[in-house]
Amino acid sequence: MEFAELIKTPRADNVVLHRPFYLAVEGTLCLTGHHLIFSSRRQDNAEELWLLHSNIDSIEKRFVGSLGTIIIKCKDLRIIQLDIPGMEECLNIASSIEALSTLDSVTLMYPFFYRPMFEIVEDGWRCFLPDEEFELLSSVTDEWRLSCINKEFSVCPSYPPVVIVPKSIDDEALRKVAMFRHGSRFPVLSYYHKKNGMVMMRSSQPLTGTNGRRCKEDEKLINATLRPGKRGYIIDTRSLNVAQQARAKGGGFEQEVHYPQWRRIHKCIERFNILQESLIKLVEACNDQSHNMDRWLSKLEASNWLTHVKEILTAACLAAQCIDREGASVLVHGTEGTDSTLQVTSLAQIILDPRCRTIRGFESLVVREWLQAGHPFQQRCAQSAYSNSKQKWEAPVFLLFLDCVWQILRQFPCSFEFNEQFLIMLFEHAYASQFGTFLGNNENERSKLKLPQKTMSLWSWVNRSEELSKFQNPLFEANSLVIWPSVAPQSLQLWEGVFLRWNRPSKFLDEAHEEMINIIKYNKELQAKVNALRRQLAQLQTVDRMQENLRHTQLGIVSSLGSSSVSKLHTVLAEAGTLTSTQLCG
Amino acid sequence: MEHITTPKVENVKLLDRYTNRKAANGTLYLTATHLIYVDASAEVRKETWILHHHIATVEKMPLTTAGYPLLIHCKNFHVAHFVIGQERDCHEVYTSLLKLSQPAKPEELYAFSYNPKMSKENRETGWKLIDLKVDYQRMGIPNDYWEITDVNKDYEICNTYPPEIVVPRAASKAVVIGSSRFRSRGRIPVLSYLYKENNAAICRCSQPLSGFSARCLEDEQMLQAIREANPGSPFMYVVDTRPKLNAMANRAAGKGYENEDNYDNIRFKFIGIENIHVMRNSLQKLLEVCEMKSPSMSDFLTGLENSGWLRHIKAVMDAGVFLAKAVKDEKASVLVHCSDGWDRTAQVCSLASLLLDPFYRTFKGFMVLIEKEWIAMGHKFSHRCGHLDGDPKEVSPVFTQFIECVWQLMQQFPCTFEFNERFLLEIHDHVYSCQFGNFLGICHKEREDLKIFEKTHSLWPFLLQKKQELRNPLYRGFTAYKELQPNTLPFSFQFWCGMYNRFDKGMHPKQHVLDHLLSCVSQKMKLEDSASDLENKLPFLDGPLPSEACSLSKVGRAASKTPMLNTPQDYEGEPPPVLSNGASAGDIGVVSDVDQKHKENLSPHQDLHDLNDTVNMLNAEAKDGKPQHH
Repeated sequence: MEFAELIKTPRADNVVLHRPFYLAVEGTLCLTGHHLIFSSRRQDNAEELWLLHSNIDSIEKRFVGSLGTIIIKCKDLRIIQLDIPGMEECLNIASSIEALSTLDSVTLMYPFFYRPMFEIVEDGWRCFLPDEEFELLSSVTDEWRLSCINKEFSVCPSYPPVVIVPKSIDDEALRKVAMFRHGSRFPVLSYYHKKNGMVMMRSSQPLTGTNGRRCKEDEKLINATLRPGKRGYIIDTRSLNVAQQARAKGGGFEQEVHYPQWRRIHKCIERFNILQESLIKLVEACNDQSHNMDRWLSKLEASNWLTHVKEILTAACLAAQCIDREGASVLVHGTEGTDSTLQVTSLAQIILDPRCRTIRGFESLVVREWLQAGHPFQQRCAQSAYSNSKQKWEAPVFLLFLDCVWQILRQFPCSFEFNEQFLIMLFEHAYASQFGTFLGNNENERSKLKLPQKTMSLWSWVNRSEELSKFQNPLFEANSLVIWPSVAPQSLQLWEGVFLRWNRPSKFLDEAHEEMINIIKYNKELQAKVNALRRQLAQLQTVDRMQENLRHTQLGIVSSLGSSSVSKLHTVLAEAGTLTSTQLCG
Repeated sequence: MEHITTPKVENVKLLDRYTNRKAANGTLYLTATHLIYVDASAEVRKETWILHHHIATVEKMPLTTAGYPLLIHCKNFHVAHFVIGQERDCHEVYTSLLKLSQPAKPEELYAFSYNPKMSKENRETGWKLIDLKVDYQRMGIPNDYWEITDVNKDYEICNTYPPEIVVPRAASKAVVIGSSRFRSRGRIPVLSYLYKENNAAICRCSQPLSGFSARCLEDEQMLQAIREANPGSPFMYVVDTRPKLNAMANRAAGKGYENEDNYDNIRFKFIGIENIHVMRNSLQKLLEVCEMKSPSMSDFLTGLENSGWLRHIKAVMDAGVFLAKAVKDEKASVLVHCSDGWDRTAQVCSLASLLLDPFYRTFKGFMVLIEKEWIAMGHKFSHRCGHLDGDPKEVSPVFTQFIECVWQLMQQFPCTFEFNERFLLEIHDHVYSCQFGNFLGICHKEREDLKIFEKTHSLWPFLLQKKQELRNPLYRGFTAYKELQPNTLPFSFQFWCGMYNRFDKGMHPKQHVLDHLLSCVSQKMKLEDSASDLENKLPFLDGPLPSEACSLSKVGRAASKTPMLNTPQDYEGEPPPVLSNGASAGDIGVVSDVDQKHKENLSPHQDLHDLNDTVNMLNAEAKDGKPQHH
């Protein structure tokens, strides 16, 4: 298909762009296969706006006479308005944008066309491979093995080709367990807690059905993670009621009789359209310009967004608590094990594992617990808060996860190597990106699409020092401890960086951030300078002492030594860059 | 001491409000000024100090298996839940605290017995730290239009105003006196703030005694004089900060509001800020929400909405913004009043000044602002804070709301205030503590009668001593920002957990950016010192180069961003200090150093020897930093 067919009017002049908190700008609008480009060529105020079509969530048109107005609402929650003279041009442009922002074939998406302008230092597609992860694990325990049972995605279509399972369970048993779990998502290792050897596993629901089917291999598999005489916890991310209802559809939960060593705890984490509606309501509330405080608070409450944040964080804290405080192993699942399960397992790791709070560690977590674990990004992130589609598989599951991370980051501002911008960047790329990382719904689809060969990885771009510096938290000081966030309502806040980002000017907050960076940077430089000066002083004192000695013994050559000492002083000081030679010699 | 029948009770439990952790067991002491609880069960000695004056309510709760519960609510939002073994002990502590928390006579207030062992001269210097005349000078007053008059020197015009007030030069004594007879409690229009850039002024007064039709020629002349003192504008605003309905109801009592027809070129406007009773109830509801045991998000947000608290905060902020905009953008003078002009009027005028003038966002400026708009102009601190045993209906969190508005501004403009959140909390604490004389009584006259300037200490020098921990490390200086234009859409207002749940440490961030940055700042000063010290030493070592060494060290100093505030220390040979970010937090659980902190806040301040230095330094800063006319 040629994009040109979809673009009836590739260019319009005298278009006026309106954005909140900016003056309206007049310029030229161009449509390309993947971008909407607006550029104003005015001398004093030349600027360009590039918007990916895939970032457009919805589009509205309005007409006043022959002046058309297009309102574009983006998946990153921004809203822009374009005034386009001429009814036909406006209609053409609107319908083109509509078509281009809703292409149904993945292979037509921008990542397949994007050619990077930067040098690739490290190919992101080759980072964070399961083998590396397993190598780390093998250095602390030998109770686990890497199984290639899913090599051709033949056992579980939403699992990666290799998974980590208990050593004592062979592939034959795994095959049987897979038959007993929803979507064949048998229990696999999610996290190993080095401190006490406890583990977190994840899976989907067991297919017990109404007649209480059981699977001995399943019981054996999860029991293999228990220490002798110890109990474990199953955290079911559904309420007991929902879990019971699931039995009617062939699903269910682990029955006490068959899993006597496990205690089951039900937590209610919502999914699908309930979350999607929550996001839509929240964003609607944030965009409300009315000055009515009661209305705002009531809409914020009614959106239930913060309730979801609290529920998810609470479940994650519970999982972390079982592992770290109770010294028990944990199995987490909901229904499919691709949404709320992953929220809980990944957040628990952030709480427990300092590595996940570094940039690379967090990237690795996203790869392991979201991409490889088969969170269906393409379905979930197809639309955002402005969608009016009634498809039921869209849901801001990943955004909620990022929001929870932000809440923990806010409570432990010095314990994360990355900053809020890093999380916002991941949110943007999950919904619309030039990179292939978040395309597809699982590794199986990604391999069929040949993403590693045909697209660029987000990590290849992010992990270059130019980009990394934007995402580094200046306050970071490695903290090896478990960090327990507060989940009291008073401790949780609306994530302004995402939800109010386009609704308020950020100048003063940006300046504060800049100031903070400067203070810390200046201190570091000062410290380096003091250290350098100390070293010189020590050096000079040695030279001086030598000189003294020489003076006493060999008076004859004092003058030449003296000058060499001065020149030595000269060089060390020049190294430190603190003095100029004129100051020294003068 | 006659109120204390049981100075010591053993085996008292202190319950934790939120977690079900084991209650602490210890000993409760009553001293003349504090309730002190020493936790014997903790590994480290842990003390909880509660100042008697901070106690808002003491309740005896129904008997439990553990004993007789005693619930104490403090005015700084500390809540302590004790359980006492014997009913008799519980009752005696209860009756003692009732008397101790609200004495009958002002002489029994803490300030009159508080003795920081300071010389008489230092104490007097402390009271002279804030001189309102200097602030009027800063505004350029007296000038052609405004004068400072002592017409109220014997409190004949108005007994709740200070002796010296600023009125238009054009208003004769007869006009002033005439106007005072037409204003509730004689609180005539006086100047609050003059915006020098365009001569627009903010003035304040009480409601006119207009009833349904009464007029007063002098009052009309007074307003005309105010309007004409700003030749740049053909009109002036008269802002009634009450809801219209309240103002109309007042007419029946012979009070009311200005009739636009009777005054030349005024634009009259209502801004609906609710009265003290509504505010008191709103805070009560808010605190109930804050105290809920494990509320859901919905419970909390619904409770927050139903309390109306943030709605009221927004109303006050909106009014302040309206005033600032009228003055700056419309170049019009504004006369503000409510009923008596000492609650809402004080909030709104001080907020507008803060928005218009960066001076008020400095340590000194904020002290001046509180002295000027609140203390001098007769905000009834004693009644509003319930310092003495009196009418509970007079108590209202009017000042708390102002402090919160300032905090909300800090959230939006993090680099514009010289001080940090802790400074606000310290002031808020001491408004209730009665440890210092500043906030005693209801007006200047009463403070004179109580001889507070002779018998008590001023708070401000004590706060200045703690400047290092109260400063805002992100502050960009006096000239970086001028007027502030805050966003007042509802989402711009946050619940202030650090105030209303201040003592529930578990709810706060476990690492504080502020602490981290403050330690950076102090580290920076040490590093700069050792850098210049080392630079001095280096050339000296290798022969005589003294002149360079000196000039170098000077250059180094001048280049540093902030002036040296502490005495330079010899830092040679010591390892660099480790940055502390309080990172330990997470794993250890919630260690309650709140109590420790609390104790530090309110126990007698020490290290007073350099008080004079502090005062002098601050005065010097004021001279250097601000343009002065005389």
